[in-house]
Amino acid sequence: MEQEKVIKDLKNKFSDKIKEISTQFGEKIVVFEKDSLLDVFRFLKDKPYDFAMLLDLTCVDYKGQQNRFEMVYHLFSLSSNLRLRLKTRLPEKEPSIESLTGEWKNANWLEREVYDMFGIQFSGHPYLKRLFMYDGFEGHPLRKDYPLRKRQPKIPMRK
Amino acid sequence: MKGGFITTTFNSMLGWGRKYSLYQYPFITACCGMEYMSVACAHYDLDRFGMGWTRFSPRQADMLLVVGTITQKEAPVLKTVYDQMTEPKWVVAFGACALSGGIYDNYAVVQGIDKIIPVDVYIPGCPPRPETILDALIKLQEKVQKEGHEWRWSKKK
Repeated sequence: MEQEKVIKDLKNKFSDKIKEISTQFGEKIVVFEKDSLLDVFRFLKDKPYDFAMLLDLTCVDYKGQQNRFEMVYHLFSLSSNLRLRLKTRLPEKEPSIESLTGEWKNANWLEREVYDMFGIQFSGHPYLKRLFMYDGFEGHPLRKDYPLRKRQPKIPMRK
Repeated sequence: MKGGFITTTFNSMLGWGRKYSLYQYPFITACCGMEYMSVACAHYDLDRFGMGWTRFSPRQADMLLVVGTITQKEAPVLKTVYDQMTEPKWVVAFGACALSGGIYDNYAVVQGIDKIIPVDVYIPGCPPRPETILDALIKLQEKVQKEGHEWRWSKKK
């Protein structure tokens, strides 16, 4: 399976859902519509494309832009040694996207991390709680509008 | 008189005994732990100074070595370990992160463990050289020797 064929099939199958395809450092970047997440990922996971491995799932905060949050997914195909990066944008108000935990088990903690750091809601996630920060922590620290000097100690500090 | 005798004060004898039997509790969270291992093992050998015994129960330890970054999430754990140690007890802040938070001046990291528990000796470095650690621990021994030892310990504030 060649990378060109994957991109071509993806274009044909989801012609109205794929917004942009570009290349950076020899790897393809696919920008898709948010509501087609599960369709696109199931298509890529199935044979013959066989992107069986979710390498990474993260988020970027572009504060001030129209659709503020950008979800980034990295897929890897073990059988054909191909990597694919997929992106989609979420709005600032109540950002939410469907969970990938049904397809990849490791999405569970990755999505909890993104929820903890950026406050993205994942619908269908079985246990969407903070992963790194503690209960009672207010806000989402990797958002660009989280105050740089804000401290929320869990126990009171001396002096 | 057979066998001879020595004269000393009770206080200095107790100090001498305590400084050469400092049982340590290593609270290791980060990369400074590598330097700690190097110091504790045969090459630099803390045992030469009477600090070789590692106790993995805070109740049996005299010296708490806080080695590495302490996050806000971990702060209550460190406080509990300190509270569980029996008096007399001493605390060593080991490495830049334990001293001041080091490079991690952010939402997640405690800016120095002296914000949570009292500290006796600070060891700077990122991570500190084994020689620095030996020097600092010998300084702690001097401190233990000179301290006014009491039978009943008043709690350190």
